[in-house]
Amino acid sequence: MTVEVNPEAVAALSTATQDRQAYLTHLLAQRPNPKGLEDMRQSALSIVQERGLPSNRDEDWRFTDLSGLYKTAFTAPTAASLSLEEIAPLILAEAPVRLVFVNGWFAPDLSAIDHLPTGLSISTLADAGNLPELGQQPGLSEVFTALNTASFADVAVLRIAKNQVIEAPIHLLYLTTGDTPIITSPRGLVVAEANSAATLIEEYAAVKAASYFTNAVTEVNLGQNAQLHHHRIQRDAKTAFHIGTTSVSQDRDSRYALTSLSLGGQMSRHNPVVVPTAEQTDTTLNGLTLAVDQQVADTHSDLSFTGPHCTAQQLHKCIVDNRARAVFNGRVFVPKLAQQTNASQLSRNLLLSAKARVDTKPQLEIIADDVKCAHGATVSQLDDEEVFYLQSRGLDRNSACDLLVEGFAAEIIDQLPIAEQRQTLLNAVLSQIR
Amino acid sequence: MIIDNSDVILSVRNLTADVDGTPILKGLNLEIKAGEIHAIMGPNGSGKSTFSKVLAGHPAYTVTGGEVIYKGQNLLELEPEERSRSGVFLAFQYPLEIPGVSNLDFLRVSFNSKRQHEGLEELDAFDFDDLVRERLDVVKMDPAFLDRSVNEGFSGGEKKRNEILQMALLEPTLAILDETDSGLDIDALKIVANGVNQLAKPENATLMITHYQRLLDYIVPDFVHVMAEGKILTTGGKELAQELEAKGYDWVKAEDVAEVAV
Repeated sequence: MTVEVNPEAVAALSTATQDRQAYLTHLLAQRPNPKGLEDMRQSALSIVQERGLPSNRDEDWRFTDLSGLYKTAFTAPTAASLSLEEIAPLILAEAPVRLVFVNGWFAPDLSAIDHLPTGLSISTLADAGNLPELGQQPGLSEVFTALNTASFADVAVLRIAKNQVIEAPIHLLYLTTGDTPIITSPRGLVVAEANSAATLIEEYAAVKAASYFTNAVTEVNLGQNAQLHHHRIQRDAKTAFHIGTTSVSQDRDSRYALTSLSLGGQMSRHNPVVVPTAEQTDTTLNGLTLAVDQQVADTHSDLSFTGPHCTAQQLHKCIVDNRARAVFNGRVFVPKLAQQTNASQLSRNLLLSAKARVDTKPQLEIIADDVKCAHGATVSQLDDEEVFYLQSRGLDRNSACDLLVEGFAAEIIDQLPIAEQRQTLLNAVLSQIR
Repeated sequence: MIIDNSDVILSVRNLTADVDGTPILKGLNLEIKAGEIHAIMGPNGSGKSTFSKVLAGHPAYTVTGGEVIYKGQNLLELEPEERSRSGVFLAFQYPLEIPGVSNLDFLRVSFNSKRQHEGLEELDAFDFDDLVRERLDVVKMDPAFLDRSVNEGFSGGEKKRNEILQMALLEPTLAILDETDSGLDIDALKIVANGVNQLAKPENATLMITHYQRLLDYIVPDFVHVMAEGKILTTGGKELAQELEAKGYDWVKAEDVAEVAV
């Protein structure tokens, strides 16, 4: 058999590969290089160099074009200061513990950590000391995740001590500011020891920022019977790029619930990676993506069971308008060991314009033979009959459409713990689709 | 009730309408005055539900001829929401489920859109809550239904009761009940009928569309119209419904043919 090879195609391909290689070298040169954790950084660096940056020839990036990202020469983050007044709209009165990072560095002046509840301890890179859990969660060899490990300037470490319940939500706020297109690498680690419980609001936002690239990683380590309600709100600037991984390991009997909102970024990607490492865990993954104008918003979740008697529920919703595009890929892996798994996944998508597009792909890999696993996907427009029903009750057409979209979004947004923030975000969603 | 010299609420003359180019209404005439309760009966496919949708302004139906005058104004040129705000209410045969929107919020938005139209101040959440709890009694509805999504997971009877609750809040001048009795067991039917009777007043009117005479035992009509082939074939008092029940719709059709033959 002879295989004909088009030499021009090969040349074009290798040029593209070389371009990405050069771009990666450029990104690596922008690392702030703080002291400490040399071994971890070196091994992450090797992973990044070995893997290289992906293109849409990689299955994981088939639907999401990174060429816009690769065209921007992001520069090293620069320390910047903001005033409490400037961040006032982002402050949540009902979350008394607040950690603020600006352009990747901890900002003590903007944070509120003086009166920590019993059982909660907080540290950053400067005072972290030994961090045995850092860099140990699943999925960290993914290339952008490893790039974060090789690059992060600072880290937020939250530790909830054994048997302690932290009542009020903890607010972790990553801000980007400034006119230059910087790359930041926010990094967080949450360790919930056995029988502890907490609620975390992790939020990404811009304060007077141009185009920038947020490459974020948050690791969560749940001990036996621990519980975390994790709310991740990505509302970066619409000119920004955002790639983020939430990497979670769950010990036996632990409960993890994620509510993920993706609103900002011209291109955004979120990878929730959850591995229950033992039996009888419970996992909830809920997501809402809003993509308007030319936005591309991608969610790739990966839930891999390793033990029996675990349960999981996933609901991912996308609202897509104008020429925007949303992507959802939900992998659920149930190996032979994971008998008696009870898992469900639902992807629901609302397209508000003829040019809007969604690519949704459930990916269930089930090897165990005694499990209950359900999945489904719906793609729809606003239902004319529903609009008419509301009109027949006195709502004009626009208000009727708003109410229907609000209902669609509220199912996810209502899971956020603070009413004020729910209203802000619901309004933000509605203002984008009007 | 029939009241001498009461105002004409609805006047329909020679109305014709299409859906997707297929004629459904073929010259319908009807006049309804304040205080009256009318029933339109007829076999499946006679155009009864189309007529109710046309009155409410459903976009899938195209009016091709005739006129509909509601309280002296041309109803057909109003948007569906304008019809609602000016007092036309359609209780749906199949009320829609609106996930994520709480019944209470939906009722408040709907109620306030009418208040606004009438130049009245909107009721805030607290005042509206008091009002809605009082009106729940009209259809014996559990307050727990207020916190659930609109019609989501409601049984058939609960959906119909929710329609009458909306009617109790909006206090329409012309209430059109499209097969509100279908799919109801006798207890639910009594509750719904009792609600409608409480809301019937000398200054408003009710138009019931039904397939079954059973409903008319509980809501007694002043006029019964028999519809077939997109027209009203014959009109009579409540005894016409009993005759229909006994003889079936074919009897009316045969009468009609006989009339034409003469």
